[in-house]
Amino acid sequence: MDMPELQDKVRKILAENLSVAETQVTPEARFQEDLDADSLDLVEAVLALEEEFGVTIPEEEMEGVKTVGQAVQLVATKLGVSA
Amino acid sequence: MPEATIALVTGASRGIGSATCLALARAGLAVAVGYRSDPEAAEETVAKARADGGNALAVAVNVRDEASIEDAFRRVEGELGPVRVLVNNAGYTKDGLAVKYTTENWDATIDTNLKGAFMCSRRALPTMLKARWGRIVNVASVAALRGNAGQAAYTASKAGLVGLTKSLAREVGGRGITVNAVCPGFVETRMTEVQGQEARQRYMEMTPAGRFGSPEEVAAVIAFLSGPEAGYVNGAVVTVDGGLIA
Repeated sequence: MDMPELQDKVRKILAENLSVAETQVTPEARFQEDLDADSLDLVEAVLALEEEFGVTIPEEEMEGVKTVGQAVQLVATKLGVSA
Repeated sequence: MPEATIALVTGASRGIGSATCLALARAGLAVAVGYRSDPEAAEETVAKARADGGNALAVAVNVRDEASIEDAFRRVEGELGPVRVLVNNAGYTKDGLAVKYTTENWDATIDTNLKGAFMCSRRALPTMLKARWGRIVNVASVAALRGNAGQAAYTASKAGLVGLTKSLAREVGGRGITVNAVCPGFVETRMTEVQGQEARQRYMEMTPAGRFGSPEEVAAVIAFLSGPEAGYVNGAVVTVDGGLIA
């Protein structure tokens, strides 16, 4: 899987889990401010990402993730996908 | 026929846990009968549930052991389906005055009654969140609500369980999941058998009902809290104690 493909997949999952349009899920979009996601929304999104990609994302790694782009990067690092 | 809702009850080979399995099975749920040390007793519960026309399965689960919890959930998911109702019932008690109470007994009590319920809930919640439906019922005790000399660890663990109940209720209450606690008073089970005659007499005198409760009377409340009609009951602490702490 390459980076654009991964990004598409992550955005799709995030849009579905946060109940927002995929067009809103831009790399710059901030979960809390722009996508109206609370902490449980984020945990649910992370659970979905873990399931989809077969990765484990511990709580301390979630903490720094504020934007969609950062979430994509986190998953990319886990999977060894580079830009 | 619609698919049955699946419940996992820990500490279910006898007492309140066993009665809860039977009540849930009668309500049409498929029930995983969690046991730690007594597979025969668990199988008896399974047989009784089946005799009532219910679907039940005995599953080994030591709530003090995270790997055992994981194995148990996987087995239930594989053989019955995703757990929608979790009853954290497994309990441990060992009385003794605090000054002479061992750290080992303290740990065993907290690990079983409190940490075990947390670990089982944590394992159950992701699938409940996904389903936007779930029920967790924690079997606490009136000991959570009033102190008992000689039960520092037990009351602390059960009071902690009430705190866990309320926090989880707030965390997941927006997702169709409820988390409630029942606080039984003195109920005739193997766990209370060990109480001395004097203590039993004292409890009897303190209980307005003038008798001890039966496991079935507690199970009925747990079954209600586990059902679809209890959807607006969340974070509640329901005493089933014959008026003991009224």
